Amino acid sequence: MEAIILQILNGLDKGSAYALIALGLTLIFGTLGVVNFAHGALFMIGAFCAVTLSRILTASRTVIDETKTDFLGNPLKVDVPHVYDWFGEAAGATIIDWAVPLSILFAIPVMMLIGLIMERGLIKHFYSRPHADQILVTFGLAIVLQEIIKYFYGANPIPTPAPDAFRGSFDFGAALGFDPNVIIYPYWRLVYFAFAAVIIGAVFAFLQFTTFGMVVRAGMADRETVGLLGIDIDKRFTLMFGLAAAVAGLAGVMYAPINSPNYHMGMDFLVLSFVVVVVGGMGSLPGAVAAGFLLGILESFASMGAVLEVLPGINQIIIYLVAIIILLTRPRGLMGRKGVMEE
Amino acid sequence: MSKTNLTRRGVLKTSAIAGAGLAVPTIFTASSASAFTNEPMGSTVTLGFNVPQSGPYADEGADELRAYELAVEHLNGGGDGGMMNTFSSKELQGNGILGKKVEYVTGDTQTKSDAARASAKSMIEKDGAIMITGGSSSGVAVAVQALCQEAGVIFMAGLTHSNDTTGKDRKANGFRHFFNSYMSGAALAPVLAAEYGTDRKAYHLTADYNWGYTTEEAVRASTEALGWETVNAVKTPLTATDFSAYITPVLQSGADTLVLNHYGGNMVNSLTNAVQFGLRDKQVNGKDFQIVVPLYSRLMARGAGANVKGIFGSTNWHWSLQDEGSKAFVKSFGEKYGFPPSQAAHTTYVQTLLYADAVQRAGSFAPCAVAEALEDYEFDGLGNGPTLYRADDHQCFKDVLVVKGKENPQSEFDLLEIVEVTPVEQVTYPPDHPQMGGADATLGTCNNGA
Repeated sequence: MEAIILQILNGLDKGSAYALIALGLTLIFGTLGVVNFAHGALFMIGAFCAVTLSRILTASRTVIDETKTDFLGNPLKVDVPHVYDWFGEAAGATIIDWAVPLSILFAIPVMMLIGLIMERGLIKHFYSRPHADQILVTFGLAIVLQEIIKYFYGANPIPTPAPDAFRGSFDFGAALGFDPNVIIYPYWRLVYFAFAAVIIGAVFAFLQFTTFGMVVRAGMADRETVGLLGIDIDKRFTLMFGLAAAVAGLAGVMYAPINSPNYHMGMDFLVLSFVVVVVGGMGSLPGAVAAGFLLGILESFASMGAVLEVLPGINQIIIYLVAIIILLTRPRGLMGRKGVMEE
Repeated sequence: MSKTNLTRRGVLKTSAIAGAGLAVPTIFTASSASAFTNEPMGSTVTLGFNVPQSGPYADEGADELRAYELAVEHLNGGGDGGMMNTFSSKELQGNGILGKKVEYVTGDTQTKSDAARASAKSMIEKDGAIMITGGSSSGVAVAVQALCQEAGVIFMAGLTHSNDTTGKDRKANGFRHFFNSYMSGAALAPVLAAEYGTDRKAYHLTADYNWGYTTEEAVRASTEALGWETVNAVKTPLTATDFSAYITPVLQSGADTLVLNHYGGNMVNSLTNAVQFGLRDKQVNGKDFQIVVPLYSRLMARGAGANVKGIFGSTNWHWSLQDEGSKAFVKSFGEKYGFPPSQAAHTTYVQTLLYADAVQRAGSFAPCAVAEALEDYEFDGLGNGPTLYRADDHQCFKDVLVVKGKENPQSEFDLLEIVEVTPVEQVTYPPDHPQMGGADATLGTCNNGA
């Protein structure tokens, strides 16, 4: 029982990341009709927004400490972050400690901008081309973005810790009446799940309850008619691309403390997120979210020792296996609408 | 009546002389201008540096390349000479190798066996590389070593830690200076027993490939011999990034020690996850829960950040060593690049010097002559103390460092502290050890190519 609860919890945070990425993918596909293989790279760039902001916050001036020596025997150079000079040492240290949550504010404009540049600069030119071309160009773009990040940040993962307040883990076992110390779960992962829930809720509310969202939904249903009504739907769809980029970026920012960001992390999530979109149903936002959590939890269960003993290697194929089964029984995915990609 | 005393070396020498004698009539004819693959004819000799320049080990590859460039500079008489000044052999004069200026070409292994073989092949066939060196993965090293054996060039392995490289997949043309899984287990186990006691229940998470298997086997064998019990060993996919699903079952297994047979990004992520889940704050079986990382690398310790503090592991070399060789190397590397070298940089630098020195002593670039010069060669002054290049399996035998993540690092490079220098006797094993492929493992015969 404890093991099952733990694996459900485990699935939730991974599922949150899948759901956020898949949500963005579905938004782009539903509005612009583009299959965006660079979406994983946007997630990765989001994580590097957190890395970048913590680098900016720890930007330092060098003081030479004559009493100590470095590895070559020269006087030791000590870095004093500028924020210490501006805000005092205690406040400065707190600001640096909270770099990841602060990165949310930093990442939203940056990611929107990157999204808009991507859409206007490159993807726009591929709307009328076949899906295969779109996949190739966005996949190529993903590789370019990865290499740019690797050039500036190196290939090794960069530790980006959560604030000290969230260090440690919550003892669910004690809270639920099980033995203490058996069902424990890191605070930051709980924060991630809550954060994902808020973002997903906000995106749905935005589409459901604002005029802008209504127009976008109308455009997704029937682009031509909306255009004929004199609404510049393309402009709104471009903004939706920026929004989707921001969602992926925020998913990346908050994921940075869970796994140290490296240039390759986007690709690791991308393929699975596509499976999530297909399983959820192409173009269905609730489907993407539901499938994200479902596959995240299933993947966790498949990694359990007891399961692996019976079915070795199942942890590596479970997601694809489930995808095959769902597509065989429900070819449009869990919540797919009729007519999407079926012309 | 004379007593014949046949030794392996004697036979080799005799046959080499006989072979040379037989070859004399043809050696001067135009059709067989070279006696071995890529025989250097002009005033230069080309070495092939095959390192991961892209992919997950690119940072280690970059450090290896820096060390190679430094070694070439020193061989050609540039810089301060580095470890050439402390090396026990004084054959190298700073005038290249056998008077030929050293040049080099580089290839990108991408940490993929097929890409590594392709780039090694191209360096041998197109660029005329006489020796191939490099690697930052055992899968790659084993594949490239086999290719060099076929092509008839020497392979000087870089960072490769799997037993198989000089175990079941050993080759006559291949040589490894770096230590291996067996040595890590043999060095670590006594330190772990002394620190954590002999009554421990260990849970292994193992990277699902060649190196992971041999490391798990080695650490299990040596800890179990000291009384530890292995409660479970789970293989994790090499592509895994989030290890939480593998970490949480540890909590319910009754284990009080977690051994992470992971390297690179795997190690950074699994260790980070384990610490996030509070394993290190737990008490199991009345003991503090402990985590062990058998193979440490400073570049990776940096990726794991504060999570490495207090965690034991082993390493081939560390820049804080105070012997003359290490100090000389750290100085010339540090002054050129502005930071201390990694263990990957150290082993590749040493391998280049060892190769050059062997050619110099053999008086020939012919792979079989070089191999003979390296076999059972004893040297010192290259940072690991007295070292033997054993003839039976072409593995270097030297002291092994047991290290621990430093509690109070003084700088971004000061992440590991040396806990113990395990003497070479304790990590030496017979060439036909079961973990090394047993009695079936053989070097084969050395290949000079054509």
